[in-house]
Amino acid sequence: MPTEQPILLKNARLIDPAGGREQRGAVLVRDGVIQEVGPQVTQAEDAQVIDCGGQVLSPGLIDMRAFIGEPGGPYRETLKSAGEAAAAGGVTTVVSMPDTSPALDDPAVIDFIVRRARDTSIVNIRPAAALTKGLKGGEMAEIGRLKEAGAIAFTDGAHPVTNAQVMRRALTYARDFDALIIHHVEDPDLVGQGVMNEGEFSARLGLPGIPREAETVMLERDIRLVRLTGGRYHAAMISCADSAEIVRAAKARGLPVTCGVSINHLALNENDIGDYRTFLKLSPPLRHEDDRQAMIEALADGTIDVIVSDHNPQDVETKRLPFSEAANGAVGLETLLSAALRLVHAGRISLPGLLRALSTRPAEVLGLPGGRLAVGAPADLIVFDPDAPYVLDKRQLRSLSKNTPFDEARLEGQVTTTMVAGRIVFQRDTM
Amino acid sequence: MDIKALLDLADAQVEVSRQVEKRKSSLRGRTQINLFFEPSTRTQSSFEIAGKRLGADVMNMQVASSSVKKGETLIDTAATLNAMRPDIIVVRHHAAGAVHLLARKVDCSVVNAGDGAHEHPTQALLDALTIRRNKGRIEGLTVAICGDILHSRVARSNMILLAAMGARVRLVAPSTLLPPGIARLGFETFTSMSEGLKDADIVMMLRLQLERMNGSFVPSVKEYFRFYGLDQEKLGYAKPDALVMHPGPMNRGVEISSDVADGAQSLIREQVEMGVAVRMAVLEALASHLPNA
Repeated sequence: MPTEQPILLKNARLIDPAGGREQRGAVLVRDGVIQEVGPQVTQAEDAQVIDCGGQVLSPGLIDMRAFIGEPGGPYRETLKSAGEAAAAGGVTTVVSMPDTSPALDDPAVIDFIVRRARDTSIVNIRPAAALTKGLKGGEMAEIGRLKEAGAIAFTDGAHPVTNAQVMRRALTYARDFDALIIHHVEDPDLVGQGVMNEGEFSARLGLPGIPREAETVMLERDIRLVRLTGGRYHAAMISCADSAEIVRAAKARGLPVTCGVSINHLALNENDIGDYRTFLKLSPPLRHEDDRQAMIEALADGTIDVIVSDHNPQDVETKRLPFSEAANGAVGLETLLSAALRLVHAGRISLPGLLRALSTRPAEVLGLPGGRLAVGAPADLIVFDPDAPYVLDKRQLRSLSKNTPFDEARLEGQVTTTMVAGRIVFQRDTM
Repeated sequence: MDIKALLDLADAQVEVSRQVEKRKSSLRGRTQINLFFEPSTRTQSSFEIAGKRLGADVMNMQVASSSVKKGETLIDTAATLNAMRPDIIVVRHHAAGAVHLLARKVDCSVVNAGDGAHEHPTQALLDALTIRRNKGRIEGLTVAICGDILHSRVARSNMILLAAMGARVRLVAPSTLLPPGIARLGFETFTSMSEGLKDADIVMMLRLQLERMNGSFVPSVKEYFRFYGLDQEKLGYAKPDALVMHPGPMNRGVEISSDVADGAQSLIREQVEMGVAVRMAVLEALASHLPNA
């Protein structure tokens, strides 16, 4: 089998978020892995050369939360279209949620997703399997066999596990297999009929609210169960200041707890709902500006480990409805990096710090080898200009669904090249 | 009487049971009541045969567990039976501690034939006898007890007895089927069969009840068998001359594969024979302490 031609990415601003290092230099990629990295590379005679023009070169992003409509809803998103959107957004690994039809609760279905993603997607897609059968929260799924089939984590996706006994046993059982449990922390009884954050704005709009306690009560419960069982636990997304406090305290006790935040909760707040814009109807709901500030602080101090896109494609039939009747969710794979760079431009977090939450930490939490700019690491790489300004036009999105909360927003920072396993899978046309 | 002497006595009973004339007279004239609050064909018939071979009058009482839900009823039953002046009552009950409670309310000897998830002493004795007859000793052997430890009285009695006789007892199960806190009782616990069975002399499998297989304690039968069911591959982790035991009744294809259950390393049928011998030994030992013996 002929080996592929090596690629030299030169004249780049190298950022390795794992070590927090930044330097000018080049990366030589051979056989799908990084062969050399640094100011000088020595074995590049036979390589194809790409001049990065001084742009940032970093590990590709790893997104721990995306809903993809395959199987069951290919009109919303396929593994192929999600892969294209991800590549254009600089995401080289996507963790797909099990909320499909049928749900990803069977080793044969996981096997299907793994093969289908390999055949049709230009980025890595790693399925998270259901934690309970049918995502019903009652009976534990086959954690051992699902992991053998290729499941990277276990979660009921957008469905919380309300039964504490089920969660206790799942955490206990998962520990034997060193399996990661990801949980959507939202108590459905406290959510009730709520459709947005509970507060003065929901009172003004006449919409039923969701108290922050819907999140904190579930999160507290989970952390106590982690303490009891020792299972590896990741809160999929937190959204309010109190939750950050809870996670901070759990980490201080040394519990195996990590958490994420969605890009939407870092970039937006409840006021952005404005005139009942259903593309901003999310779960958990967008919160108060004070909560958004607390999320940014918790991200900067490491309490929050990862940023996720929470990519959730919805078509017009589920979104062009009165706010209370519309489905939750927003697409986000393609805008993840641009929206996150707002925090860097606002001086709230360093660029290496941001990339850490978008690549290094997700890799560590998931046990993946990526997220590092180091010799031997997989050549999942991106080149981007962090300052390139543009106005988002949702019609240009590669996702099959266009429900972005950032339509017509001014954003800065665009990916120019995306490489997965040593192959260039995306290059932006530039004049 | 210590355990070794009891096992020696059981050895002698094996010989009795293998004769054409199996009848002894050590319990002649004595009344033995088998009081079973939960059905158990194997244990009950074993006690019945043991009593009859020793010459006792044996009466079986099956009490539907649904009709006996409260302690008062159990004590009433005990008082009623006591008035009939039996010499030995053999009791099986679904609640831990029930046999102990009953024993305090009657004047005769009581044998625990299994109480809830607490103890099943004659099972442990028959397992010890089976091991001793096949390995020549118990001391120094590594015994891996595998499966539903949490709900198993067989596991608890074996842990105590085999450890007391000098065996190294290991417990192997998914964490959901291990009693929390068990490690603090001084037993080595393993959650993987490859580690737990490594160099074991005896692999003792436990029955997994149907209602615990489907997502409550373990996800499914398929998954349980894949990771915890004893097949030839997993048995390969144990010593080449390791022996396989199971208290029965077996779930083939759940906790044990048929080829292992019926294979050359299996002692499962011999355990049943030893069950009668051990129960004869226990009853005879009791007989020597009965009034007017």
